[in-house]
Amino acid sequence: MDPMAAIKQTFFQECEEQLVELESGLLRMEDGDDDLETVNAVFRAVHSIKGGAGAFGFDELVEFVHVFETTLDLIRSAKLAATPAVTKTLLRASDVLADLVRAAREDGSADAGAVKVIADELSALLGGAPRHGDDDGKVSVEALDFQPVCISLDSIFDIGEPEAPATQDFIVRFKPSAGLYAKANESLRLLRELGSLGEMSVECDISEIPQLTELDPEGAYLCWTIRLTTTASEAEVREVFEFVEWDCELSVETADVGKLLEALQESLEPHEAPEAPVAVAEPKQTSVAIDPAPASFAAPSDEHPAAAKAESAKGEGSGSVQATIRVDLDRVDRLINLVGELVINQAMLSQRVSEAGLSRASSVVIGLDELEQLTRDIQDSVMAIRAQPVKPVFQRMSRTVREVASMTGKAVRLVMDGETTEVDKTVIERLTDPLTHMIRNAVDHGIEKAEDRIAAGKPEEGSLRLSATHRSGRIVIEVADDGAGINRARVRQIAVSKGLIPAEANLTDDEIDNLIFLPGFSTASSVSNISGRGVGMDVVKRAIQALGGRISISSVPGRGSTFSMSLPLTLAVLDGMVVTVGGQTLVIPLTAIIETLQPKKESVHELGTGSRVIATRNTFTPLIDVGAVLLYRDEPIEPTSQVALLVESESGAKCALLVDAIQGQRQVVIKSLETNYGHVHGIAAATILGDGRVALILDVDAIVARPRADMIVAEMPAAAE
Amino acid sequence: MAETISRVATSEAKEFIAFHIGAQTFCIDIMAVREIRGWTPATPLPHAPTFVRGVINLRGAVLPVIDLATRLGLMQSEPTARHAVIVVQSAGQVVGLLVDAVSNILTLTQDAIQPTPEVASEIARTFVKGVVAAGDEMISVLTIQNLLPEPVLDAA
Repeated sequence: MDPMAAIKQTFFQECEEQLVELESGLLRMEDGDDDLETVNAVFRAVHSIKGGAGAFGFDELVEFVHVFETTLDLIRSAKLAATPAVTKTLLRASDVLADLVRAAREDGSADAGAVKVIADELSALLGGAPRHGDDDGKVSVEALDFQPVCISLDSIFDIGEPEAPATQDFIVRFKPSAGLYAKANESLRLLRELGSLGEMSVECDISEIPQLTELDPEGAYLCWTIRLTTTASEAEVREVFEFVEWDCELSVETADVGKLLEALQESLEPHEAPEAPVAVAEPKQTSVAIDPAPASFAAPSDEHPAAAKAESAKGEGSGSVQATIRVDLDRVDRLINLVGELVINQAMLSQRVSEAGLSRASSVVIGLDELEQLTRDIQDSVMAIRAQPVKPVFQRMSRTVREVASMTGKAVRLVMDGETTEVDKTVIERLTDPLTHMIRNAVDHGIEKAEDRIAAGKPEEGSLRLSATHRSGRIVIEVADDGAGINRARVRQIAVSKGLIPAEANLTDDEIDNLIFLPGFSTASSVSNISGRGVGMDVVKRAIQALGGRISISSVPGRGSTFSMSLPLTLAVLDGMVVTVGGQTLVIPLTAIIETLQPKKESVHELGTGSRVIATRNTFTPLIDVGAVLLYRDEPIEPTSQVALLVESESGAKCALLVDAIQGQRQVVIKSLETNYGHVHGIAAATILGDGRVALILDVDAIVARPRADMIVAEMPAAAE
Repeated sequence: MAETISRVATSEAKEFIAFHIGAQTFCIDIMAVREIRGWTPATPLPHAPTFVRGVINLRGAVLPVIDLATRLGLMQSEPTARHAVIVVQSAGQVVGLLVDAVSNILTLTQDAIQPTPEVASEIARTFVKGVVAAGDEMISVLTIQNLLPEPVLDAA
């Protein structure tokens, strides 16, 4: 990958993080938390995106972010109240921003109409507030409560400019902090850019450079004083430093006080500006330098205490954030592989030692026990590296709820719980789609229209609860709505009309609820473009099962429905049943197994030629001899001498797999066969057992879904050439 | 003398690992070889071509082992712990080659490798890049690219 693309990728990764920050901040604001720190966090997120977007030249993005930023700044400076209406607009703006970021990443384009609508709404919020392009927002950002002075001066400049001389002298004092260099900014480039505005003379202050022994090679010790004669406005001068303003002390002053006073005088005469005394009293101070660290805060004497407090709060906030590093996922995976190997090795060693018949009290055995403990700790810690909180996915759902709610004209409130619950990154990635689908369904079908809710004596606003918890080594995610619940009579009727169940079937409530997971079932009588896309809950179920999870539903009429998903915490390990088939050891995923049976002679029935079924509680399930399917033996052996595992595939098809013996239940590390070989039909992956041998993990779906004709093909000798 | 040295340098002397299968001797480019280990019982793969012995555990990675004798259409013998598995890397995949024994490391220049004599055996034409005379012996230089061909795997 070329370096630019890599940097861009990092930018987009950061954008994702900033967008999550932004949205969670806005949601806090929506909940009435108008704490300055929250607003600041939101502002910082938008500002960071703007910075990066500008650097990469995403003009469309920058344009939108700028309006967004300006609006937030008004809230920050308490010129605009964060009313519910305003936060709603901001939330929608954050959705649009996410779209724009995505568009920029995929080189596509966002829905220009939607962007414009929101941009206009934001501009409307800005309303009468003065906007002189970039400068106003920027200056007030830096000055916080101090801006009455800035604004007055700016407006004086703006008005005074036509009469004032064409060139102005500025004294720019620029003191970069180490952070500026750490973010790959370069003072020289900034100075050159400044020089391009007009004539400039630069003085470098080297007084702060310490002795060589005390010199921090990554520190920043230089400070420049630039005298600039230019036709550019102060705003343009400041713009040069736009992307480094957080990482330096910067002051831009008009050099010629006499000239300034002249300009003031001229502007005062026609305007009777009331700010005059202030401006004269502080002729030069147009801004204060702000450094993220409050200690080096060059606060002017009349700095408002509240602003200082806010700044220090911000400083503390960023200080308490835990340090993180960005690591390539491949490296983590390699570490996980190595630890997996360590676990296997340790198990092998234990086996050898126990084979050697050493006493339990011998020092070797004791040492080995300690090693086992340590290995397990290491494995847990390594797995924890891949674990991520579900928060980003949950946060995305709040957008889905907003969109679907506005499309269906319902008022829905999403309550999230346990967003910090951690689960493997892969699981998180693959959770988004099914979860989105369920949320859409819940809002579209679950929650009733406002008038129906009022009639039922419920609050007008529907409530949707999304929660995550850890339960016995798995993560349980629940989507609960307080809607009408499942209309069982209708579900049953639809299932019958679609031929999914016989008309006379006697089903329990629970069984009826679970009918919605059947393929081709859709409850919406009118196909809406929200959830009725021909795909139903069966797709959700399949996606969850592909992750090794299970989904269930419970519903109370009139009180709502709860979908509950239970997922493994990681895809790197799997709980499996270790079985023996034809002298080989196989692992069958535990999630697929419903029960184990000992086939009795009278319950096994022949069906056609060579096919057999087993009767369990009056239902007939096809019997599959795993040994024959995998060609471990040519002759099928008597089922009664074997063990049958009743399994359910992702598509819901049931089957009884015949194996020779069950060895036990074990957690195994999943190893790919594809890396060095290729896909093997009927085999999902491989693992390494305690004896160091490779064992294959059965692909239950492929075995169950195996067409009958396939078996005949499998019996032909495999082509060698 | 100086001339000889420069000739060797330009014709790029390469090292090859020589090994026996039955009565024949073969060699492969040492740069493709990752390691050599003893034979351990492999887990057979269902539906695999006959020359795929199965998979073994190579420090946590699942490594397919190709029985080179079967692959080259030679007599197959039941592997013992005395047999060697040459672990080679080819086109991003790592595979093990089961051979009878590893014998030598050869340094060969391109000039020393003669073109494969015209023989009827299709296998010889597919896998033998050339032959080298070493004393009374003839050593076949194998190409490892086609040993684990994708189409065969897909068909299996």
